[in-house]
Amino acid sequence: MSEKNYLTADFTLRSWFFTTDHKRIAILYFASLIVFFFIGGAAATAIRIELATPQADLVSSDIYNRLFTMHGIIMVWFFLIPSIPNTLGNFIVPLMIGARDLAFPRLNLMSWYIFMLGGCTTLFAIFAGGVDTGWTFYTPFSTLYSNSYVIVAAAGVFIAGFSSILTGLNFIVTIHRLRAPGLTWYRLPLFLWSLYATSVILVLATPVLAITLLLMATERFFGVGIFDPRIGGDPLLFQHLFWFYSHPAVYIMILPGMGVINELISCFSRKQVFGYKFVAWCSLAIAAVGFLVWGHHMFVSGQSLIASLVFSFMSFIVAVPSAIKVFNWTATLHKGSIHFDAPMLYALAFIGLFTIGGLTGLFLACLAFDVHATDTYFVVAHFHYIMVGGMVTAYFGGLHYWWPKITGRLYSEYWARTAAVLIFFGFNLTFFPQFILGAEGMPRRYHVYPPEFQLWNVLSSGGAVILAVAYLMPVFYLGYSAFFGRRAPANPWDAPGLEWQTSSPPPEFNFTVQPVVTRDPYQYNEAFEAEPQNA
Amino acid sequence: MWRQWIPFWHPGLSPHSGDVDLLFTGLLIASALVVGLLFFLLTLFCARYRAGNQTDRDHRVKKSWHWEVSWTAASFVCFLGLFVWGATVYFQIYRTPADEHDIFIVAKQWMWKTQHPGGQAEIDALHIPVKRPIRLVMASQDVIHSFFIPALRLKHDVVPGRYQDLEIEIDKPGHYHLFCAEYCGTDHSGMIGEIVAMDPADFSNWLTQQAPSSPLASEGGQLFRELGCSGCHGGGGTIRAPPLEGVYGKPVPLSDGTTVIADDKYIRDSILMPRSQVVASYQPLMPSFEGKVSEDQLLRLVVYIKSLAGHPT
Repeated sequence: MSEKNYLTADFTLRSWFFTTDHKRIAILYFASLIVFFFIGGAAATAIRIELATPQADLVSSDIYNRLFTMHGIIMVWFFLIPSIPNTLGNFIVPLMIGARDLAFPRLNLMSWYIFMLGGCTTLFAIFAGGVDTGWTFYTPFSTLYSNSYVIVAAAGVFIAGFSSILTGLNFIVTIHRLRAPGLTWYRLPLFLWSLYATSVILVLATPVLAITLLLMATERFFGVGIFDPRIGGDPLLFQHLFWFYSHPAVYIMILPGMGVINELISCFSRKQVFGYKFVAWCSLAIAAVGFLVWGHHMFVSGQSLIASLVFSFMSFIVAVPSAIKVFNWTATLHKGSIHFDAPMLYALAFIGLFTIGGLTGLFLACLAFDVHATDTYFVVAHFHYIMVGGMVTAYFGGLHYWWPKITGRLYSEYWARTAAVLIFFGFNLTFFPQFILGAEGMPRRYHVYPPEFQLWNVLSSGGAVILAVAYLMPVFYLGYSAFFGRRAPANPWDAPGLEWQTSSPPPEFNFTVQPVVTRDPYQYNEAFEAEPQNA
Repeated sequence: MWRQWIPFWHPGLSPHSGDVDLLFTGLLIASALVVGLLFFLLTLFCARYRAGNQTDRDHRVKKSWHWEVSWTAASFVCFLGLFVWGATVYFQIYRTPADEHDIFIVAKQWMWKTQHPGGQAEIDALHIPVKRPIRLVMASQDVIHSFFIPALRLKHDVVPGRYQDLEIEIDKPGHYHLFCAEYCGTDHSGMIGEIVAMDPADFSNWLTQQAPSSPLASEGGQLFRELGCSGCHGGGGTIRAPPLEGVYGKPVPLSDGTTVIADDKYIRDSILMPRSQVVASYQPLMPSFEGKVSEDQLLRLVVYIKSLAGHPT
């Protein structure tokens, strides 16, 4: 490879830390997110090992509370929310639309610095002594009773929020303004539709989080009585504000995952996504309706029964577009030509895990059952099926799919498939028993528990160990491939997207010639028909 | 019985929990059908249409809106059914409690303190008679806690600054878990109590054996005098204050022209924030008792005022 690509353009540290190239910024994000993922993952592993026995034999209650708080804060704000948009999105979006870069390259770099500032602030809070409020910071515990670094941790999250907003803005403008000639909205890959929907939520919802955290800090410093009932405040007001951001945030986490799955399913069954327009508009529908369901976190909080009724109804409504997507992905497989490469294994795992996560979401949207299940392990299992089973699985799938494009190297297919299968089994063994625990009534955030819950906890902890090992595997084979892997061709999957039409890794400004789009996305049909039927 | 189809699921022990169990079974069956169908199709497609497999790939389903419209409609109708079912049961389990047998609960970091009207107090335990609706009046002294009895499929947050009432009823004598389900700080997982359901006869025995110091109402009365409330409200005082005899449960006209029912919450609010709801034709002279009385004492005052109305407590 004689021609210079974005990796070999310059080797100085300065060229990395002051780059405005979206691809290099994506790598910066990728490196920092790996660190956060393994910090959050280490906390999770410690939690699961502690819970293998009903007694407190590994850590004290105080440490345990700090562990799950750290796990939640790190994973939600410093892994799940930025992961796909900021790494894969940052790298792929301009390539997919045939642009040289994002609309605001310097803003993009600034987003990373803000993100790192937020991340380091939060890490400081954690290592200085930790936070014990849970990632939800519920008042009045967080404002009046917690003796921990609440303000510092909240400040970290507050700062990271600005990074989210700027990234969202950047994507929206980029997708609107920088599409290649001929790339109409209905020719956009579905990954971009989902990132667009995500960005809209990021821009609209994140300010509410900022305000909420600001109010909490004000309350903690000055005791002005926003949330303190003793001076006329309302403790539930915090929950309304918090979930007004944090429920849409769930869709910030899962929508990009769904977008990745569209690319994978379509590519590896060599077929156009079934019902492209339906799937595209479903993303926007989820984003819009996702703003109207926050009260379903508060069915037992004492909000009015009528309010609960409305929120329950809206929660069922928001499940419809998600269900449509699952059906459409399945229909895409019909009469395809299915290749079981590692990314496809992740995509298939995603469909299964996301379906289980989604269906149990309906259990929780169902008012009377939610009264029993909320704040138990049933909820923990449900959102891990969506967040980890869905989002992280999609992230790994996307990472493997675009890995040759990003690094210009191929990874070991054997190890990649083994890791995918191991992750699937480890995941189910970890989280399926938690549904049963929750149904039996074990509350979440319990450090010690009555002994009759031990059996399922042991299974879950065993699964967690398998899962931890499985998540470490890609570090080795992907790390190996990045330096020693075979050179990747420009288009190893024979995919039609624009990002595959430039070399791997792409040159500094993505395309040597401005691409022009003349056809719909996912035109695999020709390729498929060229394949010999009787091979 | 359908309950035995779910091996890990112990039958609920109240009339309402039976409905929740049925709902859970319904949800499980519906999900099993969906998951079964989906996994069947995924396996079928993956096997039949794997790359290199010789199979008929002609006559693909033409892109048509029929499929999407039909599965959108089907999902919507199913969801609507589940929504109505879940909501119906929800309204039953959270119905307004009958005002028959009151028990008072104060949640604090990290214990449940329960008090019977006769003055019997328990920590992390609650004795109740079976097959009788009990009204719980719950308050939190510090942070949000959540009162959760898995055997009854019943849970409700206890939010500081307000009373929460909840009706419970247990069918079978026995010992059941009482959990705090809302994270409340260091010893959250230690905030576990026990519900002891007893036959009514055993329960009355238990009540008498507990030898309480004095009934809540009389303790409340004593407090009423110690705090100086009786100076104004007790009649014969120099400052006019509304009389409290017979007020509980009755509508009270307020100075802003509205009317409020004098329930537990109103009485509590009137003690802590006396100027927010002033009784018509009275001056807002009463000082606030915010910070001067604990939740325990507030409950006693409420019980005392209730007893003045001739209510059995």
